Amino acid sequence: MIKNWLKIIILGVLDALGIWAAIGLLQAGGWGVLAVLIFGLIGLNVALLSKKAYPLRYLLPGLVLFGLMVVYPIIYNINIAFMNYGTGNILSKTQVISQFMNKYYQPEGSERFLFQIFRNKKGDLKVLFISKVSNEAYLSVGDHIESVDLHNPSLIYKNGEIIRIDDYEKMSMIQIIQNLSKIQNLAFKYNDGLVKFRSVSEFRVYKPQYSYNGEHNTLIDLKTNKVYKPINGTFTSSDGEQLSPGFRDYVGFKNFIDILRNPQVSGPFIRVFSWTFIWALLSVFTTFTLGLTLAILLNDSTLRLRYLYRTLLILPYVVPGFISILIWRGLLNTNFGVINDVLQNLFSVKVPWFQDPFWAKVALLIVNLWLGFPYMMLISLGALQSIPSELYEAARIDGAGSWQRFYSITFPLLMITLAPLLIGSFAFNFNNFTVIYLLTGGQPPIPGSQTPAGATDILISYTYKLAFGGAGSQYGYAAAISIIIFLIIGTISAFNFRFTKRLEEMGENL
Amino acid sequence: MHNRSRILKRTVQYVVIFAAIAFALFPVVWIISASINPGGTLYGQRLIPKNPTLDHYKVLFTDKRYPFVLWLWNSIKVSVTASLITVFLCALASYAFSRFHFRGRRTGLLTLLLIQMFPVMLAFVALYLLLLWIGKYLPFMGLNTHPGLILVYLGGALGFNTWLMKGYFDTIPHELEEAALIDGATRFQTFMKIIIPLARPILTVIFILTFIGDYSEYLLASIILTGTKKYTLAVGLNLFITSDYARHWGTFAAAAIIGSLPVLFLFFSLQKQIISGLTGGGVKG
Repeated sequence: MIKNWLKIIILGVLDALGIWAAIGLLQAGGWGVLAVLIFGLIGLNVALLSKKAYPLRYLLPGLVLFGLMVVYPIIYNINIAFMNYGTGNILSKTQVISQFMNKYYQPEGSERFLFQIFRNKKGDLKVLFISKVSNEAYLSVGDHIESVDLHNPSLIYKNGEIIRIDDYEKMSMIQIIQNLSKIQNLAFKYNDGLVKFRSVSEFRVYKPQYSYNGEHNTLIDLKTNKVYKPINGTFTSSDGEQLSPGFRDYVGFKNFIDILRNPQVSGPFIRVFSWTFIWALLSVFTTFTLGLTLAILLNDSTLRLRYLYRTLLILPYVVPGFISILIWRGLLNTNFGVINDVLQNLFSVKVPWFQDPFWAKVALLIVNLWLGFPYMMLISLGALQSIPSELYEAARIDGAGSWQRFYSITFPLLMITLAPLLIGSFAFNFNNFTVIYLLTGGQPPIPGSQTPAGATDILISYTYKLAFGGAGSQYGYAAAISIIIFLIIGTISAFNFRFTKRLEEMGENL
Repeated sequence: MHNRSRILKRTVQYVVIFAAIAFALFPVVWIISASINPGGTLYGQRLIPKNPTLDHYKVLFTDKRYPFVLWLWNSIKVSVTASLITVFLCALASYAFSRFHFRGRRTGLLTLLLIQMFPVMLAFVALYLLLLWIGKYLPFMGLNTHPGLILVYLGGALGFNTWLMKGYFDTIPHELEEAALIDGATRFQTFMKIIIPLARPILTVIFILTFIGDYSEYLLASIILTGTKKYTLAVGLNLFITSDYARHWGTFAAAAIIGSLPVLFLFFSLQKQIISGLTGGGVKG
């Protein structure tokens, strides 16, 4: 009984917290997170209150996390791929419009004011204005100015000059100059404009430069009467002039089309794209060749100490990748590295490992061979041991040589087990960011490329540089490329599933 | 004749194996040597150093300029927390999928399988913006925080591991739980006291694989952690090496060796389970 009450109290507190957070999200416009929250909150109540929904109690924590950190980012990512989100288009439309609405200009012949500034002990300022046009007196009140009667008793005169207003003392010219930066920022609303500091002798009326017409969705420059319409997230005039900053907006398939057609973006993209495939294929090929060779050599019961050899050969697999890659970067260092040292002593050559595109690719493949062959060796050993030995005996009786036995028994049988793992390894290397980024950083650069693409960049490292590299944040392009990567990987995985019939097996397990 | 070809074969076998061992060990041996080489620069290192010294290790732990110990601690903290929560959440979800029959169970499992095919790492732009946004309201979980990074790692680990664990739970016979239920245990008690202890092997394997994966993760850590003091070892070491490589080679070498130890230790303590799990399709990150 007490347990039940406790449950309801805790649930009540959580609900209250959740609703409070939901209101915050509603105001902030975080729709995706709000959806996850509401979903989680309803789930929580159902799970704890309904007997029927008992399993939900076990599933809910994982589900909410999965929704927030997997499903939501995926949907959000797709969303960004169709936006111009990035440097120059970071803010929302409302934010950008309000930025423009806060821009002022000084129309020709606008009203001028003489001024006197008064300051109280706290440092607050009060400004008394006399219009040069109407000779009317105004006093600043808060963020605007109000017309004031010069005979008002709060104005204290001495020798015909105002020296004090309430507890505000008049500032001398020297004091004004000392506080110039503060005074330059003063702005008071007056009619539809602002009264702002112009020089030590006058304030002038400034007018807002832009007006936004919500009905026509246009921004009008009041100074020039030019009309700007938003095109792809930038206010653009009919003669093509663009106002900066732009805002983030949906641009349809523009990012994808740019990636394929716009030469500034597509040039490096196609190079990166083809190298990604070559890289993944060569990586699988080299690691598998070495791994399988070693597995066959070690899978020999007459070989002494083979377990010791195996353990030594696994070592590269066990050192955390980021550490061994950084070690290799030192070993391959062109000027000081031990590998060039040896090569120089033996053949008097100095290989430009990281400066030349070709050698940088060779370096990557060597390092990835080192990182990857133990895995291939382990899976090949496992697969070799599962081939029944009777098959070999039968083949030997039939007079097959060792090469023929390998060619017609071992290899086909191995491929049945290993093909899906090789495809998995292809997909893994396709996105093997760590090796590329930590060893070469995608360098050397592609000459003449407008984007930060390097000769050894693969798609994922190129995406990373577009979003977080030094040359601005192109979130839109990055998200679009990540979707292209996913389509490729998704196709491969789907193929893999069909190939192995794993889905059916899993289907049976449901 | 037959004998000669056999000797030739053996020779080739040994040559290839020893060449491969040399290739595998060379960087490891070289870095161990660098870590005890008194010179400490990249240039002019010998394989067997004269006057070996442990100075580089001492520098790591005493020199305030290299927050190496902090980075190592950050890495361990983030990876251990993320793996523990992963194991716990996956165990809860797998238990429900394995033991209860409810509407949407089949669909749920299939959806999980399909969604986890999308490497969530690919959505890193969205993850970055999501954390940026979360950080505005919950500053302790935003960018440049460890809870934020843990949150991101958790998301990536749930799908696949739930499947793996569910498969294992399915092999645990139901009779034990049924007996306990008759004896008056609650469902949750049978989960905690029967399933969890019986499933320890799979829980350990998932814990260790998740730990190794998160410990070595670079991409997400590098975009989420922006302050030197928050870096994980992967991000910190890369920065360390980029900024002043050749001169600090010895210090880097010592850091590389100490940084490898947690993973080496975990791997060799569970070598058998991990290797037998490889054919199941996991590739080390």
